[in-house]
Amino acid sequence: MNRSRTRFLATPYIIWVIGFTVIPLMFIVSKSLTDENGSLTLANLLAIFDPLHRKALVISVLLAFLSTVICILIAYPLAIILRGSRLTDKNLILFILILPMWMNFILRILALQLLISNNGIINNMLGHFGLPPLAIINTPAAIVLGMVYDYLPYMILPVLNSVLAIPQDVIEAAQDLGSDKKHVITRIIIPLSLGGVGSGITMVFVPSMTEFVIANILGGGKIQLLGNIIEQEFTVTRNWNLGSGLSVTLMAFVLITSLIFGRGTEDTATGITL
Amino acid sequence: MKMSRILGKIYVGLILIFLYAPILVLIVLSFNSSRSRVVWGGFTLKWYGSLLKSTTIMNALWTTFLLAVLSALISTVLGLFGALGIYSMKKRSYRIMLFGTKIPMLNADIVTGIALMLWFVRFLPLGFGSILLAHVTFNIPYVILCILPKLRTMDIYQYEAALDLGAGSPYAFFHILIPQILPGILSGFLMAVTLSMDDFVITYFTKGAGINTLSTLIYGEIRKGIKPEMYALSTVLFFIVLVLLILVNLPYDRFFMTAGTGSVREVEHEK
Repeated sequence: MNRSRTRFLATPYIIWVIGFTVIPLMFIVSKSLTDENGSLTLANLLAIFDPLHRKALVISVLLAFLSTVICILIAYPLAIILRGSRLTDKNLILFILILPMWMNFILRILALQLLISNNGIINNMLGHFGLPPLAIINTPAAIVLGMVYDYLPYMILPVLNSVLAIPQDVIEAAQDLGSDKKHVITRIIIPLSLGGVGSGITMVFVPSMTEFVIANILGGGKIQLLGNIIEQEFTVTRNWNLGSGLSVTLMAFVLITSLIFGRGTEDTATGITL
Repeated sequence: MKMSRILGKIYVGLILIFLYAPILVLIVLSFNSSRSRVVWGGFTLKWYGSLLKSTTIMNALWTTFLLAVLSALISTVLGLFGALGIYSMKKRSYRIMLFGTKIPMLNADIVTGIALMLWFVRFLPLGFGSILLAHVTFNIPYVILCILPKLRTMDIYQYEAALDLGAGSPYAFFHILIPQILPGILSGFLMAVTLSMDDFVITYFTKGAGINTLSTLIYGEIRKGIKPEMYALSTVLFFIVLVLLILVNLPYDRFFMTAGTGSVREVEHEK
């Protein structure tokens, strides 16, 4: 292939990246650096230190962190169980995990709300058995539940992938050398699958942190995440400059997260791919 | 040993219940003759009938389909040529292009949506056109990352041999090169359709008034209460997808298993 000529095939795509990725980002940054009259200011970027915004940022990071940790804690045992079972038909597992994503996610979150609300389905069932009702709707716990529900597949898939990719020989060698079950998990399986966890963390933490729909539905509008505040600046308050300033701050957080977890794991990734 | 197997099965079962319970609720609600969402009023098929007469839902469905297919087609063509170009680049420009490609994947949807909206309002009325541009923008990176690994593992000498033996370059392109990377192109296209149909946040910010996809229509209805026809529609779509996925046997497994950022890393390592 004539490589110097083929290179120009990317021209339309390069124009697209500049026109619809680079320029819009420059726009949002320039909006965040100006006030309504167009004069330069840092106020929109510093607005994150305003008590209301700071509180939203702290809650967003905290809830996203919790959701990510819970997803890891659910995904690991599942991956290890599936590795040990005869159910290793990956296409089938994949099918089961991806299928729910085809039901509109807002509808699924609304269904979750029906399940956990105070007079919802779960509480009705608990009542039948004379058990105390569950009171988590409109609390941060409900939001975390929603995030875990929505993003769990994005953690399971990469973790499962890297756990299944560990060669059986490595594990048998460890066992021959005297490792017990626990030792195999902590010293072999977990270190060799950190690369998958890295991708999983980025794919769960970033959307959880920037989410506003789940918080609206399951938090009952009482808990404001940074995403909710930004959305309101654009749709209700209509202060686009402030909204852009907060978005740029959020973007900085997101990029830092993906740099830490997306890149840093490159060395720990085993290079074992399926 | 027996005990741990049983515990393992229970664990997998609980996760399946967690993932599928809300879906079961939606399917049951679509057959509930009471408009209430908590009371069972008996079995009915009437929502499926009135679904066809609801012009708002049918319009949103049509918009969603049209957007998904058009944006997937455009992004597959642009992405295919983009991937071919990037594939032949030298190391430095290759890395720069991969970074540019990853921006919309790594960035938060809300930031992408707002940035595009701020830019579109300068020169374009918000509507179908602006949503289409936005969807193509977030689809292309996934298409490229589906095609690029296939290009890197294909046998380029077959293509060169075809040229040496007198094939014209269009002939060699369509008969030798394309068949080798076809699985990547197809999974890219399917990914694009899936992402476009599933998107809410970016559509929400770039759509303007007077046009709705299914997602934005549902979001707008939350306060007033979701129309039961919507449950009927999502049940129908769910079963259509179920059947389709069984029939096509998931050609896009490769992408999901390496899960986005993972495959980028793989591509970078090889270079």
